[in-house]
Amino acid sequence: MKLTATTWQTVGPFFRIGLERFYVSDLTFPGIAGERIEIRGRVLDGDNEPVPDAVIEIWQADAHGKYFRAENVAREKKNEKMFRGFGRVSTSDDGSFHFKTIKPGAVAAPDGTLQAPHIAVSVFMRGLLRRLTTRMYFPGDTANADDFVLHKVDPARWQTLIAKSSATDKNLLEWNVLLQGADETVFFNA
Amino acid sequence: MSNILGYRRASPGTQPDYLHAPYLSSIKRAPKHSPIHLPHTLTEITGPVFDPSMIDVKASDLTQQHAAAPIGERIIVSGRVLDEDARPVPHTLVEIWQANSAGRYRHAVDQHNAPLDPNFSGAGHMLTDEHGNFRFVTIRPGSYPWRNHYNAWRPAHIHFSVFGPAFASRLVTQMYFPGDPLLPHDPIFNCVPDEAARNRLISQFDWESTVFDNALGFKFDIVLAGRDSLPWESVSK
Repeated sequence: MKLTATTWQTVGPFFRIGLERFYVSDLTFPGIAGERIEIRGRVLDGDNEPVPDAVIEIWQADAHGKYFRAENVAREKKNEKMFRGFGRVSTSDDGSFHFKTIKPGAVAAPDGTLQAPHIAVSVFMRGLLRRLTTRMYFPGDTANADDFVLHKVDPARWQTLIAKSSATDKNLLEWNVLLQGADETVFFNA
Repeated sequence: MSNILGYRRASPGTQPDYLHAPYLSSIKRAPKHSPIHLPHTLTEITGPVFDPSMIDVKASDLTQQHAAAPIGERIIVSGRVLDEDARPVPHTLVEIWQANSAGRYRHAVDQHNAPLDPNFSGAGHMLTDEHGNFRFVTIRPGSYPWRNHYNAWRPAHIHFSVFGPAFASRLVTQMYFPGDPLLPHDPIFNCVPDEAARNRLISQFDWESTVFDNALGFKFDIVLAGRDSLPWESVSK
Protein backbone atom coordinates (compact mmCIF):
# COMPACT_ATOMS: atom_id res chain seq x y z
CA MET A 1 0.00 0.00 0.00
CA LYS A 2 1.54 3.27 -1.14
CA LEU A 3 -1.31 5.72 -0.57
CA THR A 4 -4.10 6.15 1.96
CA ALA A 5 -7.71 6.51 0.88
CA THR A 6 -9.03 10.07 0.90
CA THR A 7 -10.95 11.11 4.02
CA TRP A 8 -14.74 11.19 3.67
CA GLN A 9 -16.66 14.43 4.11
CA THR A 10 -20.39 14.99 4.40
CA VAL A 11 -22.56 15.58 1.32
CA GLY A 12 -23.93 18.59 3.23
CA PRO A 13 -27.37 20.10 2.73
CA PHE A 14 -27.00 21.19 -0.90
CA PHE A 15 -26.05 17.91 -2.62
CA ARG A 16 -29.09 18.01 -4.87
CA ILE A 17 -27.50 20.45 -7.31
CA GLY A 18 -24.60 18.04 -7.83
CA LEU A 19 -26.22 14.64 -7.59
CA GLU A 20 -29.64 15.16 -9.16
CA ARG A 21 -28.37 14.65 -12.69
CA PHE A 22 -27.91 10.93 -11.97
CA TYR A 23 -31.05 10.36 -9.93
CA VAL A 24 -32.73 7.07 -10.93
CA SER A 25 -35.90 6.18 -9.05
CA ASP A 26 -37.30 3.72 -11.62
CA LEU A 27 -34.78 1.02 -12.58
CA THR A 28 -37.31 -0.89 -14.69
CA PHE A 29 -38.08 -0.71 -18.40
CA PRO A 30 -40.56 -2.45 -20.71
CA GLY A 31 -39.81 -6.13 -21.10
CA ILE A 32 -37.50 -6.36 -18.09
CA ALA A 33 -37.08 -9.86 -16.66
CA GLY A 34 -38.10 -10.37 -13.06
CA GLU A 35 -40.71 -9.61 -10.49
CA ARG A 36 -41.44 -5.88 -10.40
CA ILE A 37 -41.39 -4.33 -6.93
CA GLU A 38 -41.81 -0.91 -5.44
CA ILE A 39 -39.90 0.08 -2.32
CA ARG A 40 -41.26 2.85 -0.13
CA GLY A 41 -39.62 4.05 3.02
CA ARG A 42 -38.71 6.93 5.25
CA VAL A 43 -35.50 8.09 6.88
CA LEU A 44 -35.97 9.11 10.53
CA ASP A 45 -33.49 10.63 13.00
CA GLY A 46 -32.93 10.09 16.72
CA ASP A 47 -36.03 12.16 17.58
CA ASN A 48 -38.07 10.13 15.10
CA GLU A 49 -38.18 13.25 12.95
CA PRO A 50 -38.05 12.88 9.17
CA VAL A 51 -34.71 13.48 7.47
CA PRO A 52 -35.58 15.63 4.45
CA ASP A 53 -32.04 15.87 3.14
CA ALA A 54 -30.76 12.33 2.66
CA VAL A 55 -29.58 10.62 -0.50
CA ILE A 56 -30.23 6.91 -0.91
CA GLU A 57 -28.29 4.88 -3.45
CA ILE A 58 -29.05 1.25 -4.26
CA TRP A 59 -27.01 -1.38 -6.07
CA GLN A 60 -28.45 -4.73 -7.03
CA ALA A 61 -28.21 -7.71 -9.34
CA ASP A 62 -30.70 -8.50 -12.10
CA ALA A 63 -33.37 -11.18 -11.84
CA HIS A 64 -30.76 -13.84 -12.69
CA GLY A 65 -28.38 -12.73 -9.94
CA LYS A 66 -25.99 -10.99 -12.35
CA TYR A 67 -24.51 -7.57 -11.67
CA PHE A 68 -24.12 -5.13 -14.57
CA ARG A 69 -20.47 -4.83 -15.59
CA ALA A 70 -18.50 -2.40 -17.76
CA GLU A 71 -18.09 -5.16 -20.36
CA ASN A 72 -21.87 -5.14 -20.81
CA VAL A 73 -21.88 -1.62 -22.26
CA ALA A 74 -20.79 -2.77 -25.73
CA ARG A 75 -23.19 -5.73 -25.60
CA GLU A 76 -26.00 -3.46 -24.53
CA LYS A 77 -25.47 -1.24 -27.58
CA LYS A 78 -25.93 -4.18 -29.95
CA ASN A 79 -28.68 -6.01 -28.13
CA GLU A 80 -31.61 -5.16 -25.98
CA LYS A 81 -31.58 -2.95 -22.91
CA MET A 82 -29.94 -4.42 -19.83
CA PHE A 83 -30.65 -3.93 -16.15
CA ARG A 84 -28.14 -1.43 -14.76
CA GLY A 85 -28.83 -2.09 -11.09
CA PHE A 86 -28.14 1.45 -9.83
CA GLY A 87 -30.67 3.75 -8.23
CA ARG A 88 -30.31 7.13 -6.52
CA VAL A 89 -32.98 9.37 -4.99
CA SER A 90 -33.15 12.01 -2.29
CA THR A 91 -35.74 12.09 0.46
CA SER A 92 -38.75 14.43 0.41
CA ASP A 93 -39.70 16.87 3.16
CA ASP A 94 -41.41 14.03 5.05
CA GLY A 95 -38.27 11.89 4.87
CA SER A 96 -39.80 9.55 2.31
CA PHE A 97 -38.19 7.91 -0.68
CA HIS A 98 -39.22 5.30 -3.20
CA PHE A 99 -37.78 3.11 -5.93
CA LYS A 100 -39.34 0.98 -8.63
CA THR A 101 -37.16 -1.99 -9.45
CA ILE A 102 -37.20 -5.78 -9.69
CA LYS A 103 -36.43 -8.41 -7.11
CA PRO A 104 -32.81 -9.46 -7.68
CA GLY A 105 -31.83 -13.07 -8.10
CA ALA A 106 -29.57 -14.80 -5.60
CA VAL A 107 -25.87 -13.92 -5.77
CA ALA A 108 -23.01 -16.19 -4.72
CA ALA A 109 -21.51 -15.88 -1.28
CA PRO A 110 -17.72 -16.05 -1.02
CA ASP A 111 -17.88 -19.69 0.10
CA GLY A 112 -19.73 -20.65 -3.08
CA THR A 113 -23.17 -21.00 -1.52
CA LEU A 114 -25.88 -18.48 -2.39
CA GLN A 115 -26.74 -15.32 -0.50
CA ALA A 116 -30.41 -14.49 -0.02
CA PRO A 117 -31.67 -11.91 -2.53
CA HIS A 118 -30.74 -8.45 -1.29
CA ILE A 119 -30.18 -4.87 -2.35
CA ALA A 120 -27.08 -2.96 -1.18
CA VAL A 121 -27.91 0.50 0.13
CA SER A 122 -25.82 3.62 0.80
CA VAL A 123 -27.27 6.47 2.85
CA PHE A 124 -25.72 9.95 2.75
CA MET A 125 -26.92 13.11 4.48
CA ARG A 126 -25.97 16.34 6.16
CA GLY A 127 -24.71 15.35 9.60
CA LEU A 128 -23.12 12.13 8.36
CA LEU A 129 -19.43 12.65 7.68
CA ARG A 130 -19.40 9.41 5.70
CA ARG A 131 -22.07 7.19 4.21
CA LEU A 132 -23.94 4.50 6.05
CA THR A 133 -24.22 1.15 4.29
CA THR A 134 -26.89 -1.44 4.83
CA ARG A 135 -28.86 -4.08 2.93
CA MET A 136 -32.53 -4.62 2.22
CA TYR A 137 -33.76 -8.23 2.21
CA PHE A 138 -37.10 -9.62 1.03
CA PRO A 139 -39.98 -10.70 3.26
CA GLY A 140 -40.89 -14.36 3.21
CA ASP A 141 -37.83 -15.46 1.27
CA THR A 142 -36.83 -18.84 2.66
CA ALA A 143 -33.18 -18.13 1.76
CA ASN A 144 -33.01 -15.46 4.48
CA ALA A 145 -32.67 -18.14 7.15
CA ASP A 146 -29.35 -19.30 5.69
CA ASP A 147 -27.88 -15.98 4.60
CA PHE A 148 -24.35 -15.64 5.94
CA VAL A 149 -24.61 -11.85 6.29
CA LEU A 150 -27.85 -12.03 8.27
CA HIS A 151 -26.12 -14.60 10.47
CA LYS A 152 -23.66 -11.90 11.55
CA VAL A 153 -26.62 -9.93 12.92
CA ASP A 154 -28.58 -10.47 16.16
CA PRO A 155 -31.83 -12.13 14.96
CA ALA A 156 -33.78 -9.60 17.04
CA ARG A 157 -32.56 -6.92 14.61
CA TRP A 158 -33.25 -8.82 11.35
CA GLN A 159 -36.56 -7.03 11.02
CA THR A 160 -34.68 -3.78 10.35
CA LEU A 161 -33.10 -5.36 7.27
CA ILE A 162 -36.10 -7.29 5.90
CA ALA A 163 -38.72 -5.16 4.17
CA LYS A 164 -42.44 -5.58 4.93
CA SER A 165 -45.02 -6.43 2.26
CA SER A 166 -48.06 -4.23 2.00
CA ALA A 167 -51.23 -6.01 3.13
CA THR A 168 -52.89 -5.24 -0.21
CA ASP A 169 -49.99 -5.59 -2.63
CA LYS A 170 -47.24 -8.10 -2.02
CA ASN A 171 -44.98 -6.30 -4.51
CA LEU A 172 -45.16 -3.05 -2.57
CA LEU A 173 -42.45 -3.17 0.09
CA GLU A 174 -42.00 -0.89 3.05
CA TRP A 175 -38.46 -0.47 4.32
CA ASN A 176 -37.39 2.37 6.60
CA VAL A 177 -34.01 3.70 7.66
CA LEU A 178 -33.97 4.48 11.39
CA LEU A 179 -30.77 6.22 12.43
CA GLN A 180 -31.22 5.71 16.19
CA GLY A 181 -33.67 4.30 18.72
CA ALA A 182 -34.92 0.85 19.71
CA ASP A 183 -35.44 -0.14 16.08
CA GLU A 184 -32.21 1.40 14.79
CA THR A 185 -31.42 -0.03 11.37
CA VAL A 186 -28.50 -2.44 11.20
CA PHE A 187 -25.62 -0.80 9.35
CA PHE A 188 -22.57 -2.58 8.03
CA ASN A 189 -18.96 -1.63 7.74
CA ALA A 190 -18.63 -2.11 4.01
CA MET B 1 -13.44 -22.06 -2.15
CA SER B 2 -13.43 -18.48 -3.23
CA ASN B 3 -11.19 -16.13 -5.19
CA ILE B 4 -12.99 -12.96 -4.12
CA LEU B 5 -10.65 -10.12 -3.23
CA GLY B 6 -12.30 -7.50 -1.05
CA TYR B 7 -11.36 -3.86 -0.62
CA ARG B 8 -9.18 -2.53 2.18
CA ARG B 9 -10.78 -0.94 5.23
CA ALA B 10 -9.89 2.50 6.51
CA SER B 11 -6.45 3.11 8.00
CA PRO B 12 -6.80 4.14 11.66
CA GLY B 13 -7.41 7.84 12.22
CA THR B 14 -8.02 8.64 8.56
CA GLN B 15 -11.82 8.27 8.31
CA PRO B 16 -14.41 10.07 10.43
CA ASP B 17 -16.57 8.42 13.07
CA TYR B 18 -20.30 8.91 12.58
CA LEU B 19 -20.65 10.80 15.84
CA HIS B 20 -18.43 13.89 15.80
CA ALA B 21 -19.86 16.07 18.55
CA PRO B 22 -18.40 19.39 17.33
CA TYR B 23 -20.45 18.85 14.17
CA LEU B 24 -23.86 19.26 15.79
CA SER B 25 -25.93 17.67 13.03
CA SER B 26 -24.19 14.35 13.68
CA ILE B 27 -25.71 14.00 17.15
CA LYS B 28 -29.24 12.99 16.12
CA ARG B 29 -28.14 11.27 12.95
CA ALA B 30 -25.19 9.08 13.95
CA PRO B 31 -26.29 5.51 14.73
CA LYS B 32 -25.64 4.35 18.30
CA HIS B 33 -24.70 0.79 17.35
CA SER B 34 -21.30 0.13 15.84
CA PRO B 35 -21.49 -1.00 12.22
CA ILE B 36 -21.27 -4.77 11.75
CA HIS B 37 -18.25 -6.00 9.83
CA LEU B 38 -19.36 -7.18 6.40
CA PRO B 39 -16.92 -9.38 4.48
CA HIS B 40 -16.99 -8.19 0.89
CA THR B 41 -19.00 -10.36 -1.48
CA LEU B 42 -19.80 -10.07 -5.16
CA THR B 43 -22.27 -7.35 -4.15
CA GLU B 44 -19.59 -5.12 -2.66
CA ILE B 45 -16.81 -5.74 -5.21
CA THR B 46 -19.04 -4.82 -8.16
CA GLY B 47 -20.54 -1.39 -8.63
CA PRO B 48 -22.50 1.00 -10.83
CA VAL B 49 -21.23 1.62 -14.35
CA PHE B 50 -21.46 5.00 -16.08
CA ASP B 51 -20.47 5.12 -19.74
CA PRO B 52 -19.77 8.03 -22.10
CA SER B 53 -23.30 7.95 -23.51
CA MET B 54 -24.56 9.14 -20.10
CA ILE B 55 -22.18 12.09 -19.85
CA ASP B 56 -22.77 15.69 -20.90
CA VAL B 57 -19.36 16.68 -22.30
CA LYS B 58 -20.06 20.33 -21.47
CA ALA B 59 -20.56 19.52 -17.78
CA SER B 60 -16.84 19.70 -16.97
CA ASP B 61 -16.71 23.45 -17.63
CA LEU B 62 -18.87 25.22 -15.06
CA THR B 63 -18.03 28.61 -16.58
CA GLN B 64 -19.68 27.79 -19.93
CA GLN B 65 -23.11 26.60 -18.85
CA HIS B 66 -24.95 29.91 -19.34
CA ALA B 67 -25.17 32.91 -21.66
CA ALA B 68 -22.30 34.76 -20.00
CA ALA B 69 -19.37 33.97 -17.75
CA PRO B 70 -19.98 33.65 -14.00
CA ILE B 71 -18.55 36.27 -11.65
CA GLY B 72 -15.49 35.08 -9.79
CA GLU B 73 -11.90 33.97 -10.02
CA ARG B 74 -11.69 31.35 -12.78
CA ILE B 75 -9.81 28.21 -11.70
CA ILE B 76 -8.93 24.82 -13.11
CA VAL B 77 -9.27 21.93 -10.71
CA SER B 78 -7.54 18.82 -11.97
CA GLY B 79 -6.09 15.65 -10.57
CA ARG B 80 -6.15 11.89 -10.72
CA VAL B 81 -8.32 9.25 -9.16
CA LEU B 82 -6.02 6.52 -7.86
CA ASP B 83 -6.33 3.51 -5.60
CA GLU B 84 -4.17 2.89 -2.53
CA ASP B 85 -1.65 1.03 -4.69
CA ALA B 86 -1.33 4.20 -6.82
CA ARG B 87 -3.06 2.55 -9.75
CA PRO B 88 -5.21 4.94 -11.81
CA VAL B 89 -8.97 4.47 -11.67
CA PRO B 90 -10.08 4.96 -15.28
CA HIS B 91 -13.52 5.77 -16.68
CA THR B 92 -15.14 6.44 -13.32
CA LEU B 93 -17.78 9.07 -12.64
CA VAL B 94 -16.67 12.21 -10.78
CA GLU B 95 -19.42 14.64 -9.77
CA ILE B 96 -18.80 18.06 -8.19
CA TRP B 97 -20.96 20.78 -6.70
CA GLN B 98 -20.14 24.10 -5.04
CA ALA B 99 -21.27 27.56 -3.98
CA ASN B 100 -20.78 30.54 -6.29
CA SER B 101 -18.09 33.14 -5.71
CA ALA B 102 -20.31 34.95 -3.21
CA GLY B 103 -20.75 31.81 -1.11
CA ARG B 104 -24.30 30.97 -2.22
CA TYR B 105 -25.58 27.65 -3.57
CA ARG B 106 -28.26 27.54 -6.23
CA HIS B 107 -30.48 25.52 -3.90
CA ALA B 108 -33.87 26.36 -2.37
CA VAL B 109 -32.65 25.60 1.15
CA ASP B 110 -29.71 28.03 0.95
CA GLN B 111 -31.00 31.32 2.33
CA HIS B 112 -27.60 32.96 2.88
CA ASN B 113 -27.93 36.67 2.16
CA ALA B 114 -25.51 36.67 -0.77
CA PRO B 115 -26.41 37.04 -4.44
CA LEU B 116 -27.13 34.18 -6.78
CA ASP B 117 -25.26 34.36 -10.06
CA PRO B 118 -27.55 33.78 -13.06
CA ASN B 119 -24.52 32.46 -14.94
CA PHE B 120 -23.46 29.84 -12.42
CA SER B 121 -25.21 26.57 -11.53
CA GLY B 122 -22.32 25.12 -9.54
CA ALA B 123 -22.55 21.50 -10.70
CA GLY B 124 -20.33 19.44 -12.97
CA HIS B 125 -19.49 15.86 -13.83
CA MET B 126 -17.18 13.84 -16.05
CA LEU B 127 -15.61 10.42 -16.42
CA THR B 128 -11.91 10.06 -15.64
CA ASP B 129 -9.80 9.23 -18.68
CA GLU B 130 -7.86 5.98 -19.10
CA HIS B 131 -5.14 7.31 -16.73
CA GLY B 132 -7.61 8.36 -14.04
CA ASN B 133 -7.35 12.08 -14.87
CA PHE B 134 -10.13 14.60 -14.41
CA ARG B 135 -10.21 18.35 -15.10
CA PHE B 136 -12.91 20.87 -14.26
CA VAL B 137 -13.01 24.56 -15.15
CA THR B 138 -14.95 26.55 -12.55
CA ILE B 139 -14.73 29.61 -10.33
CA ARG B 140 -13.33 29.74 -6.82
CA PRO B 141 -16.25 29.24 -4.40
CA GLY B 142 -16.87 31.72 -1.60
CA SER B 143 -17.06 30.97 2.12
CA TYR B 144 -20.47 31.05 3.74
CA PRO B 145 -21.91 31.16 7.26
CA TRP B 146 -23.71 28.23 8.90
CA ARG B 147 -25.34 27.68 12.22
CA ASN B 148 -23.13 25.08 13.83
CA HIS B 149 -21.54 27.39 16.41
CA TYR B 150 -21.08 31.11 17.08
CA ASN B 151 -20.09 33.02 13.93
CA ALA B 152 -19.36 29.77 12.10
CA TRP B 153 -18.20 29.99 8.48
CA ARG B 154 -17.32 27.10 6.20
CA PRO B 155 -13.93 27.32 4.51
CA ALA B 156 -14.24 27.53 0.71
CA HIS B 157 -14.72 24.02 -0.67
CA ILE B 158 -15.86 21.96 -3.63
CA HIS B 159 -17.84 18.75 -3.02
CA PHE B 160 -16.62 15.63 -4.85
CA SER B 161 -18.50 12.36 -5.39
CA VAL B 162 -16.58 9.41 -6.90
CA PHE B 163 -17.64 5.81 -7.53
CA GLY B 164 -14.54 3.80 -8.43
CA PRO B 165 -14.91 0.19 -9.53
CA ALA B 166 -17.06 -1.15 -6.70
CA PHE B 167 -19.80 -0.51 -4.18
CA ALA B 168 -16.99 -0.69 -1.60
CA SER B 169 -14.89 2.03 -3.29
CA ARG B 170 -17.53 4.78 -3.14
CA LEU B 171 -16.26 8.14 -1.83
CA VAL B 172 -17.80 11.54 -1.16
CA THR B 173 -15.45 14.24 0.04
CA GLN B 174 -14.71 17.97 -0.06
CA MET B 175 -11.72 19.76 -1.56
CA TYR B 176 -10.34 22.83 0.20
CA PHE B 177 -7.94 25.61 -0.81
CA PRO B 178 -4.43 26.21 0.53
CA GLY B 179 -4.04 28.94 3.13
CA ASP B 180 -7.72 29.24 4.00
CA PRO B 181 -7.82 30.88 7.48
CA LEU B 182 -11.11 29.10 8.28
CA LEU B 183 -9.66 25.58 8.08
CA PRO B 184 -8.47 25.36 11.73
CA HIS B 185 -11.99 26.30 12.90
CA ASP B 186 -14.06 23.96 10.74
CA PRO B 187 -15.42 20.85 12.50
CA ILE B 188 -16.06 19.08 9.20
CA PHE B 189 -12.50 19.53 7.92
CA ASN B 190 -11.19 18.61 11.39
CA CYS B 191 -13.19 15.38 11.66
CA VAL B 192 -10.23 12.99 11.82
CA PRO B 193 -7.23 12.89 14.17
CA ASP B 194 -4.69 12.15 11.42
CA GLU B 195 -3.30 15.54 10.40
CA ALA B 196 -1.73 14.25 7.20
CA ALA B 197 -5.11 12.81 6.16
CA ARG B 198 -6.79 16.16 6.78
CA ASN B 199 -4.15 18.02 4.83
CA ARG B 200 -4.71 15.76 1.83
CA LEU B 201 -8.14 17.38 1.52
CA ILE B 202 -6.41 20.66 0.68
CA SER B 203 -5.68 21.19 -3.00
CA GLN B 204 -2.31 22.51 -4.10
CA PHE B 205 -1.75 25.57 -6.24
CA ASP B 206 -0.17 24.31 -9.46
CA TRP B 207 1.80 26.28 -12.08
CA GLU B 208 1.64 23.43 -14.59
CA SER B 209 -2.12 23.52 -14.94
CA THR B 210 -2.38 27.30 -14.57
CA VAL B 211 -3.35 28.74 -17.96
CA PHE B 212 -1.61 31.95 -19.03
CA ASP B 213 -3.93 34.96 -19.01
CA ASN B 214 -6.86 32.75 -18.11
CA ALA B 215 -7.11 30.68 -14.93
CA LEU B 216 -5.22 29.50 -11.83
CA GLY B 217 -4.64 25.77 -11.51
CA PHE B 218 -5.27 23.67 -8.39
CA LYS B 219 -4.33 20.00 -8.10
CA PHE B 220 -6.39 17.53 -6.11
CA ASP B 221 -5.72 13.81 -6.26
CA ILE B 222 -8.36 11.43 -4.93
CA VAL B 223 -7.47 8.03 -3.48
CA LEU B 224 -10.01 5.21 -3.28
CA ALA B 225 -9.72 2.05 -1.19
CA GLY B 226 -7.27 -0.46 -2.64
CA ARG B 227 -7.77 -4.15 -3.19
CA ASP B 228 -7.01 -6.65 -0.44
CA SER B 229 -3.96 -8.70 -1.26
CA LEU B 230 -5.33 -11.88 0.26
CA PRO B 231 -8.53 -13.70 -0.68
CA TRP B 232 -11.61 -13.67 1.44
CA GLU B 233 -11.00 -16.69 3.65
CA SER B 234 -7.76 -15.20 4.94
CA VAL B 235 -9.10 -11.80 5.90
CA SER B 236 -12.63 -12.57 7.04
CA LYS B 237 -11.70 -13.74 10.52
